[in-house]
Amino acid sequence: MNKTINLIFIFISLLLLQVFVLNNINFLNTINPYLYIAFVFIYPLKENRFPFLFFNFLLGLCIDSFSDSGGIHAFSTLFIAYFRVSFVKIFFKKIPADFSFFNLKSEPFGKVFNYVVTLTVIHHFIYFCFANFSFQNLSMVFLNTLYTTIFTVILYFIGTTIFNKSQ
Amino acid sequence: MQQIIYFFQKFRYFLFFLFLEFIALTFIFNNLNFHKSKLVNSTNTLTGGLFETLNNSANYFDLKSKNLSLSEENTRLRNLLAKKSTNSTIEDSVITDTTSYNQKYAYTNAKVINNNYTKAFNFLTINKGANQNISKEMAVINSKGIVGITEHVGNKYTRVQSILNKKSKINARLKNTGYFGTLSWNGENYKNVQLSDIPRQAPLNIGDTIETGGKSTIFPEGVLIGAVTNVGEKNTINNTIEVTLFNDMSNLNYVNVIKNFDKIEIQQIENNIDE
Repeated sequence: MNKTINLIFIFISLLLLQVFVLNNINFLNTINPYLYIAFVFIYPLKENRFPFLFFNFLLGLCIDSFSDSGGIHAFSTLFIAYFRVSFVKIFFKKIPADFSFFNLKSEPFGKVFNYVVTLTVIHHFIYFCFANFSFQNLSMVFLNTLYTTIFTVILYFIGTTIFNKSQ
Repeated sequence: MQQIIYFFQKFRYFLFFLFLEFIALTFIFNNLNFHKSKLVNSTNTLTGGLFETLNNSANYFDLKSKNLSLSEENTRLRNLLAKKSTNSTIEDSVITDTTSYNQKYAYTNAKVINNNYTKAFNFLTINKGANQNISKEMAVINSKGIVGITEHVGNKYTRVQSILNKKSKINARLKNTGYFGTLSWNGENYKNVQLSDIPRQAPLNIGDTIETGGKSTIFPEGVLIGAVTNVGEKNTINNTIEVTLFNDMSNLNYVNVIKNFDKIEIQQIENNIDE
C-alpha cells in the first residue's frame, strides 16, 4: 500500500516537473529533456503488467495535454514501457523468476547505463519522428534525438544519485 | 473456442499494448487535423487553470519590457489617430461617423498563458474562451505583428495555432507593391517564416515589409508580419522568400483576438459562386 502511494507521488511530481520546469528550458532554443520517462525505470517489475502499461500511457497522455502534442508522448512512452521486459532480459540476463527481486540500485552501473540509454534513445527517436511528421528535416530528428538523449540521461543519473544518497 | 481463449491469455499484454497505441495514434492524427482536436489539449479547466496560476506568479518578472511595448504601441496608435483627424477635417464640412454602425472588426484582449515555439507544430494557449465570445478561426495579433489563428475553443481557454506551425497558411503581401503570396513555416528557425508563390515579376529588396493581404476572412488588411531577409534564387518553382518576423515569438504576453463581422457574409457569397 505504501509503495502504491509512493508511485502515485512519483507520477504526479514527474508530471509537474516535466510540464512546468523541463518543458520551458529550451536549451539552445530547441532542447528540452524528457525526464518523465524515469517513471518507466522506477516502476517495479511485476507479474501483472496491465497497471504498469496503463499508468505509463496515462502519464504520456497528461504530458500531451499540457504540451499540445496530441498523443505523441503517450505513444512513445507506452512503446518503451511494453518493451522494457525484453531489455531487462537482454541487459541483465534475468529470467521471469528473478523479476520480483530486481532492483536497478543493486545492479552494476555499466549495465544500468546501457539499459537506460537504449530505452531513452528509442523513446526520443519515436517522439521526434512523430513531432516532425514528415520526411523533410530528418537530420533534425537525429540531432534532436542525440542531444536530448544526452541531456535526459545526465539528468536521470544526477537525480538517482541524489535520491539514493538521501535514503 | 479453447484455442481463442488460450490466444487471448497468451497475448493479453500485447493486445492491451496495441489497443492503447491505437488510442494514442488516434489522438496524434486528430491533433494534426485543424477541426478535430477535441480531447487532448491545453484548453480544459485543469491544464488551462494550472498554466494561468503559474503565469500569474511569473508575471512580475518582465513588467518593464511589457510596459515598454505598451507605451510603444500607444505612440504608434496616437500617430495614426493624429493622421486620421487631419484627413477628415479637410475633406468636407459634414463628417459622417461611419465607425458606429459600420464596424467590421472587434478586438478582444487576451493573455498568452502557454507558448510553444520549438516544435514543428506549435500551439499557444490564451486565457479567453467561448465565455468571452471567442470562436474558432479568429485572428490573433499583438502590437508588433501576427501571432496565429484560434483553433480549439474551450469555455475559458482557447488554443491558438501559431504561425510557427507547419500547417499554418496565411495570405500575405509586400507592403510597397501589393504583390501577394502564401506565408508558411518550414519548421526550422522560430525567427523566420517563408513567403512563397510571389509572382516572378515582383521587385524584391532585402528589408521590404511584409503585411497581411486583405484576401482572407480571418486577418484584417495591413497587419505587420516581418521584413524580407533573403530573396534566394529567382528560378525556383514557388519562388520562396525568407521573412524575419517583427514579433519575438518566444516572448509573447498580451495579444488581441480579432472577430470579423463580415466573415459569414463573405463565406456565403464565395460558396454561392462555387455552386
